[in-house]
Amino acid sequence: MTLTRWHKPNLWNAVPARRIASLRDEVDNLFNLTFGRLLQSPQDSGPGTQLLEGWFPAVDLFEDKESLVVRAEVPGMKKEDIEISLHDGYLTVSGERKQDQTYAAAETYRSERWLGRFQRTISLPCQVDADKIKAAYTDGILTVTLPKAEEAKPKQIPITVK
Amino acid sequence: MPGGRAPPRKRKELMNAVAQQNERPVCAQAADGEREYLTPRVNIFETPDRYVLEAELPGVNKDGLDISLDNNVLTIVGRRTADPGANVLYRESESADFRRVFELDPAIDTGKIAAKIDQGILNLVLPKTEKVQPRRISVA
Repeated sequence: MTLTRWHKPNLWNAVPARRIASLRDEVDNLFNLTFGRLLQSPQDSGPGTQLLEGWFPAVDLFEDKESLVVRAEVPGMKKEDIEISLHDGYLTVSGERKQDQTYAAAETYRSERWLGRFQRTISLPCQVDADKIKAAYTDGILTVTLPKAEEAKPKQIPITVK
Repeated sequence: MPGGRAPPRKRKELMNAVAQQNERPVCAQAADGEREYLTPRVNIFETPDRYVLEAELPGVNKDGLDISLDNNVLTIVGRRTADPGANVLYRESESADFRRVFELDPAIDTGKIAAKIDQGILNLVLPKTEKVQPRRISVA
């Protein structure tokens, strides 16, 4: 279990007009600002347009005796736009949310929802039975149930008293 | 555009539109005293005859949704279905419920607001009253 969630650097807070707490923060901010500007495409401006930002849906991992359960919050997806793959003990959930053209001609007041691709990979803590993996998509949450392989299940060892 | 948000074409916020009361998207906020809520991400569109609000409420179904209107102030509360009782090994999602408050354009016909929720996306249609809708006057 060595998965650390990627936190997007908040470049907007690096704007010098904002209060900077300490010298260390200031240096960090200088770095972020420079790289942020390097990665910023020329036609974009303002927050929310830097390439460093992205869609990283929250992923949870649960366990019971029989199986591992991975949950990902991916609201508003189409079933066919979600891909799940298992490779070498790593489960990868990826997909793409396409732009809805219904309101393409309308005026946009707020656009906070992410569009485009996401990919999350989670390291599984034990062997699973790859043929019995099941996935369900309900209320915008993807739930992948991975039954544990026989050798990974906890075993009760009976003690005989003589 | 990979992994990005479509930039709003017009940033005409608070201007006689469906307005937002807090400016911190997706973070916990204290409301109703001690309860912590998450602010759902929303998209808001306007066409000549209506506003459309889409809000991301993953884990919320029809029964957990509570939309109330008081004096042109629209409050959306989304309660999540209970967590699975399994052993948590790793968790990124928040268990708090969602809440967000909007001030409505007076042009909205509040009696005709329609809501539906599908796969964690609340779709709220807020039609404008007939008198503010553009109309074509034919010449006899």
